[in-house]
Amino acid sequence: MNFYTDNDKLSFYLHHPEMAQVAAVKEHDFAEHGNHPEAPANSEAAVKQYDAVMTLLGDIAGDVIAPNAADVDAQGPSLENGRVTYAPGTRQNLDTLIQSGLYGMTLQRRYNGLNFPRVAAVMAAEIIARADVGFATLWGLQDCADTIQQFASEELKQKYLPRIYQGATCSMDLTEPDAGSDLQSVRLKATFDEAANCWRLNGVKRFITNGDADLHLVLARSEEGTNDGRGLSYFLFDRADGGMTVRRIENKMGIKGSPTAELQFTNAPCHLIGERRLGLIKYVMSLMNGARLGVGAQSIGLCEAACREAEAYAASREQFGKPIERFIPVQDMLTAMRARTDGARSLMYETARYVDLAETSKAASRTADILTPLVKLTASEFANRNAYDCIQVHGGSGFMKEYACERLYRDARILSIYEGTSQLQVVAAIKGIANGAYLKLIEQYDSRLREALATDNKQAHTILSMLGEAVDAYRQLYDAASSQGSTDDLFEHTARSLAESLARIIMGYLLLLDSLRDESFMASSRYWAEQSLSYIAGALTLTRSRLR
Amino acid sequence: MKELKIVVLAKQVPDTRNVGADAMNADGTVNRAALPTVFNPEDLKALEMALALKESVPGSTVTVITMGPPRAAEIIRDARSRGADDGFVLSDMRFAGADTLATSYALACAISSLGHVDAIFCGRQAIDGDTAQVGPQVAEKLSLPQVAYAESIHEVGDSSLTIVRRLERGSEMVRMQLPALITVTSAAKDCRYPNAHRLLRFYDDEVPLRSADTIGADLERLGLKGSPTKVKKIENVVLAHKDAEQVAATPEALTGLAQTLIKEHIL
Repeated sequence: MNFYTDNDKLSFYLHHPEMAQVAAVKEHDFAEHGNHPEAPANSEAAVKQYDAVMTLLGDIAGDVIAPNAADVDAQGPSLENGRVTYAPGTRQNLDTLIQSGLYGMTLQRRYNGLNFPRVAAVMAAEIIARADVGFATLWGLQDCADTIQQFASEELKQKYLPRIYQGATCSMDLTEPDAGSDLQSVRLKATFDEAANCWRLNGVKRFITNGDADLHLVLARSEEGTNDGRGLSYFLFDRADGGMTVRRIENKMGIKGSPTAELQFTNAPCHLIGERRLGLIKYVMSLMNGARLGVGAQSIGLCEAACREAEAYAASREQFGKPIERFIPVQDMLTAMRARTDGARSLMYETARYVDLAETSKAASRTADILTPLVKLTASEFANRNAYDCIQVHGGSGFMKEYACERLYRDARILSIYEGTSQLQVVAAIKGIANGAYLKLIEQYDSRLREALATDNKQAHTILSMLGEAVDAYRQLYDAASSQGSTDDLFEHTARSLAESLARIIMGYLLLLDSLRDESFMASSRYWAEQSLSYIAGALTLTRSRLR
Repeated sequence: MKELKIVVLAKQVPDTRNVGADAMNADGTVNRAALPTVFNPEDLKALEMALALKESVPGSTVTVITMGPPRAAEIIRDARSRGADDGFVLSDMRFAGADTLATSYALACAISSLGHVDAIFCGRQAIDGDTAQVGPQVAEKLSLPQVAYAESIHEVGDSSLTIVRRLERGSEMVRMQLPALITVTSAAKDCRYPNAHRLLRFYDDEVPLRSADTIGADLERLGLKGSPTKVKKIENVVLAHKDAEQVAATPEALTGLAQTLIKEHIL
């Protein structure tokens, strides 16, 4: 099984017309071609490279990672003498990916990276997550290397980045017992040791994914006497330097293959990344945006896995003399699952393209920033819905451990929690809601479609006008929530509905744009146009009744 | 140990796991255009054994040779992305229609054209022909010792290999002098995946195509001309039992079954 080549939609997004520009930006107009044997000559060659590597990754995901997933879930990692050992399947997954040279996907070539754009990186994460979401969390942590590449000194980059390619694992050590969503309260102490001329860490981190990693990015309080985010700096800690032990690993509901650890740092030597005081406000925020897109990718991988499990079961299970896929209530579930997957995926690759173009355009950077929380919010909630529906399609069998859907259901649950809960994604979206940035983006989609749609494409025009109505209804919802007589509380109560409405509308538009290249996206586009109308009508009724 | 020059013989074959309704032409020949192709599975295992040997003797090289149409270059690129150093396709209309005799002759000529070679690995057999003849015939033509059904290399000695052979009931260990030819069975270790960096270097690389003129072959011994095998008829055989009989696990019932099978000339 190849989890890339068996899913035409991935190739569809890898060959999106804007990928030519994405590749040109990533390759600095192909300046490296001729100086490095792996550097492509042009966009076409670059996209061919992405395609070749996704095919390799798809093979490994389908033939190694997916078959290991059930055992890894059952066995999990173990802790002995302060050190974590992965489940055998996890180790095999890692070794296969390392030997295949796939680590360091987005790193520059001088650090043995593949120099791939974010679009390819999120696609890799999606493919791996379809095989095993728990393993995808470990894989995704290589994004820590991007933070080192972006903000650390050249000396640190030279020393540590080539190790990513060799398979050094990473962790992002932010959370503490009293600092979860509120990272400004981080207390782990960093002090400068004049004698040894290095920083040292003292304190406890908790709920650290892959906590016994080789390389750690640690958020710590470097400025004594401070108690907010401006007193925090970011440090690179190498496990080989000692000073850290794993106190425990958590017994979790899902993603059981991924060790979640509590860490004790005792005079652990470390390196400062970038400048002091910018740890949370600049570096973590940057890492966090990447991580949120990464969780979006994990969620979509899980959505896809749930769709396939449900579709296969519905086709083979017979009741009342026919396969259950022929019953309308089952079809409705399968249609909704497919539409959620299509919608979240279209939104994610659109966002990833903006992230890639952000390097050269402020406008692209702003669009990437407003779309990222919508991706995380919708994709992770959809993963949960798809996992729920997947079990529902399976009926009683889905409640049994024998079927993969039970694991998907447990694995999905963390997605709307870690790297910022759904509620925090709404908070992140509020600025774009209040300043009209989302509406401006929607206007662009609308005018692009009006130009591109053939006049005789009746179905598409119907969808477009439904989406136009949904935008009008959204404006009414926004006005009601922020009208005179409403309170700040009401706006906050409505914020989630506003964000969810926007996500639905944008998915409708994006899928309609996709349908210009492939008509099969039309059905999911229509689904989201209909859902936008009904969802916003409900939210509007609720908000208006709260005003009475 | 001195570095080794290793050759792997490989074949691009129809992917029999994905055979559609249009796989056969009406005349009983294989409709190659309708079939996706793959690296012959046991040849991939041979490649892995060769790559492992290369890694255990620093400075060694692996060259992959295949005979086929120009598109067979795909498996040379694939082999290079997995770690082979180079390779070429014997591609010439004069090779076409070859049976195992003519094929092994062409491959033996190609190997001879490389000068001294220490070890030749190939899959036991290809999934399209299932003859298992080409490897041994190449060894004979080159007057080399051969070990068939190899499962693993137990030890790399000074100018020798100790090899574990998979037999029907168990395995045996044999030591052979190099140069030699080894055919590798499906019980051997799976081939490693391509390396992404090598993939980017070689996925679009030109693979040399070599004609019959470049390998010093006697043209009369190539292709259809050099092939004594004549195919009389190819038939699609569908095995279907009409009825089944359950035999109890008693000495009497089993003796009865044996007698029936002897009577019907099955045993």
